Amino acid sequence: MGRFRSNSSSSGIPKISTASLPDIVFMLLFFFMIATTMKEVDFKVSIKAPEATELTALKKKDARFIYVGVPNSDALRAQYGSEPRIQLDDAFADVAQIENYVTSQRAAMPEEDQNKMTISLKVDKDCKMGIVTDIKQALRRAQALKINYAAMEKAK
Amino acid sequence: MGKQKREVPELNSSSTADIAFLLLVFFLMTTSMAVNKGLQRLLPPIPTEEQKQEDMKVKERNILVVLINSQDELMVNKKPMQLADLRATVKEFVQNPANDPNMPEKKEITIDLIGNIAVTKDHIISLQNDRGTSYAAYIEVQNELIAAYNELRNEFAQAKWGKRFEECTEAQQKAIQKVYPQKISEAEPKNYGGAK
Repeated sequence: MGRFRSNSSSSGIPKISTASLPDIVFMLLFFFMIATTMKEVDFKVSIKAPEATELTALKKKDARFIYVGVPNSDALRAQYGSEPRIQLDDAFADVAQIENYVTSQRAAMPEEDQNKMTISLKVDKDCKMGIVTDIKQALRRAQALKINYAAMEKAK
Repeated sequence: MGKQKREVPELNSSSTADIAFLLLVFFLMTTSMAVNKGLQRLLPPIPTEEQKQEDMKVKERNILVVLINSQDELMVNKKPMQLADLRATVKEFVQNPANDPNMPEKKEITIDLIGNIAVTKDHIISLQNDRGTSYAAYIEVQNELIAAYNELRNEFAQAKWGKRFEECTEAQQKAIQKVYPQKISEAEPKNYGGAK
């Protein structure tokens, strides 16, 4: 029959050139490199941000993050309980550690940027204000007064 | 000497696509699309003893107390209120259009680009919450307060220069901010409504 001929040059259908495939993929790659940002940390707490409308974008360079939420895996919950906990960088922390953390983070920044430092509070919406108030008081003691309550854009 | 033209063998580039895909997948995994956005606020510095006494001098008509209790219920100047009504109340309070003696005092000040204008520059919105208030409710109220200010500023910019606040020049924005200064005070923590 000769329906499947190994020699494509003699068949009627020409080979499709894949030479431009890398170009297309590179284009996608550059798009994602520009449009996305690196993840800050590995989350140990689950956070569903509340919704709001009056949002301002945060300057990545000046922002430091404090995460508050319930530990996000069974193993962590067994160890740390199912009450909301504070996460600084990659580890759980106490309210008492915040002051130190903020001071050391600020000291690590270039001097001209130090007064622009903004602390972004990423807090789960089901948390109670008690823990947030404690954090706010700690931030006031650390003289870190610019804060940002992280929130999602509310769908209209 | 070999006179015949030697052909350079073509490099096989079919794996470039694979390399690019690998990079693409790496970036897809390690990055996130979400931009960091949120409600920008300024905390008050911890008051010294002198300032604590000065705080007492603020006239009662200049304060709007917004309280959220542990059941996430809203109370504004000792009257219960629905969240939907908060924005209008705050706008009226900050603006004091009728020069009501129970609303904040208006004082004439001079601002660049705008000139003399009577503003309620001493008003304070005191936001108080319980330890048991849910974070979601707190953010909703914060959002309404900021929205009220943003609307006022937008309206002013619209009336004065015919454009929205964000479209104004920096100097114009500064001037409008002086007309409607954002004065939300997040009070010292207290316990309201019992349960922790």
